Amino acid sequence: MTSPVMIDPAAPARTPARTEGRAPVGAGGARSSRWLSKTAVNGVLVIAALYTLFPLIWLVTAATKDAGNLLGGDVFSFEGFNLGGNLSALSTYQDGVYFRWYGNSLLYAGIGALGCSLVSVAAGYAFDKYRFRGKEKLFALVLLGVLLPSTALSLPLYLLAVKTGTVNTYWAVLIPSLVNPFGVYLSRIFSAGYIPDEVLEAARIDGAGEMRTFWSVGLRMVMPGFVTVFLFQFTAIWNNFFLPLVMLSDKKLYPLSLGLYNWHSTANADPSFYPMVVTGSLLAVAPLIIAFITLQRHWKAGLTAGSVK
Amino acid sequence: MSTPPTSGTRPGGLSAKARTRIAAGTFLTPFFVLFTVAMIIPVCYALWLSLFTEKQSGLGFDGPRTVFDGLGNYASALGDQAFRDGFWVLLGYCAFYIPLMAGGAIVLALLLDTALARARRFFQLALFLPHAIPGLIAALIWIYLYTPQLSPVVKAMESGGIGFDFFSSQGTLPSIVNIALWEWLGYNVVIFYAALQAVDRSLLEAATVDGAGNWRIAFSIKLPLIRSSLVMVLLFTIIGSLQLFTEPLILNRGSGSAVTSTWTPNMYAYSAAFERNDYGLAAAASVLIALVAAALSFVVTRFTNNRKEARA
Repeated sequence: MTSPVMIDPAAPARTPARTEGRAPVGAGGARSSRWLSKTAVNGVLVIAALYTLFPLIWLVTAATKDAGNLLGGDVFSFEGFNLGGNLSALSTYQDGVYFRWYGNSLLYAGIGALGCSLVSVAAGYAFDKYRFRGKEKLFALVLLGVLLPSTALSLPLYLLAVKTGTVNTYWAVLIPSLVNPFGVYLSRIFSAGYIPDEVLEAARIDGAGEMRTFWSVGLRMVMPGFVTVFLFQFTAIWNNFFLPLVMLSDKKLYPLSLGLYNWHSTANADPSFYPMVVTGSLLAVAPLIIAFITLQRHWKAGLTAGSVK
Repeated sequence: MSTPPTSGTRPGGLSAKARTRIAAGTFLTPFFVLFTVAMIIPVCYALWLSLFTEKQSGLGFDGPRTVFDGLGNYASALGDQAFRDGFWVLLGYCAFYIPLMAGGAIVLALLLDTALARARRFFQLALFLPHAIPGLIAALIWIYLYTPQLSPVVKAMESGGIGFDFFSSQGTLPSIVNIALWEWLGYNVVIFYAALQAVDRSLLEAATVDGAGNWRIAFSIKLPLIRSSLVMVLLFTIIGSLQLFTEPLILNRGSGSAVTSTWTPNMYAYSAAFERNDYGLAAAASVLIALVAAALSFVVTRFTNNRKEARA
């Protein structure tokens, strides 16, 4: 981003780097007003963080309760502690169908995200590093795909799957998960940022073919981008609800979201399902929360690459 | 951007240009094959299907026949009050949601960007975490927090003398807006904050030296400079809003509920396909939703591009 205002680089730095919140020096009342605005700024941030964290805290405490205390008791006490009971109910109900769903989610999200990031990174690399006719037109087509609402696609995908006989199979959920035009867009940006052309040139001079150059040089260097695309696609597949909802009717193929929805629909009639839905939800979000906490650098890079240019 | 290999012909006999073309083709093919299978063909198939309808043959002995109907499905979708109402619901939803979301995210990002903010990394993570929660589970959590027997929130509100039924016909829209806001607020805060961090610091110094206050700097310098992020957030928020489905589906609790099974356009398409088995109508509805999304994205990007040119 270039600034429209020219600043004389020779001028002495009169103020430290981040001064926009600094009160004028010397004024007596300024210190207390600065203290006030500091409290106000951080107060608003604390309130916002409470708003986002509160439902998650509720999820944790609610998952430890039996049905009676979940419905009647004080949610934030540990009265009616029954986490063990809830977990065993979760693992024994219908021969542990919940953990089958868990496995399915891992399969859809793991294989889908791995395939998607490989395919996206290869395409992004080609868009960045090669010159060929019609390149920008092709890339515009990819960007058009980014703007296509995915749920508007899900119904046609379902009708197509009916036609081809792939409805209600693993493939019906897996194949559409391998495609993410936004991943290609991100990969192109990452490729431009992480892989210097000179390094590729050196590999070519050393006699490496194009495949070899990509595989052992390009892909290595663009690894942060690969992880970012993987993380985002993994989350997107793990969280997807509409596609499995239309595609799958066999409970054994359900991912977690669909299975929990199924239980939730039953819970109105049978309250003993409430603790299973809540505990099941907690277990279902755990891997994503852990991934986001440990991979902070990567999701921030992904968001930034998408927005700041 | 990059230069293709310039070294002449290799021992293999292929020219550098041919090798480049083959390599580019190899890297692009997997994506475009999948792109075609999972995006282009479904779109074309939806367009095709939307032109046909099922008609009972003369005396009804042979079962339904599929006949070409031209734009008949589009006419019946657009002529259906329930489908049109879905767009009104979306409009009402966006009228609440977009200002709250964009305004809230910008304010929080500007606060994070001031020198006064503490524990920035913690706040970013805390605000972002809901985005890691599957939409369905987010909706489930909030439904429970809205349900009087389960919810500490409703209990606290009642003891404070506030009675609010989140499932009533007036309560539905705020209930859903709140769920969406919770899921996406932090995501957008992080985008805006990242854009603000990229703002040239010397520009801000210059403004401070010239006597501009915090508010002035925020509105006259920082906001105009992060406009491209704002456009992107608006674009994705609008496309996301058009897809509204999961949250209202969970709020739809059978007949008599304020949320009907055709409450949003997406729910209408879903019920056309799976409750009425009218695939032609469902396809037409999907195409119309995609068209509205395309039109809105065009307007948003166009509007902002014009502004940019006018400034330059």
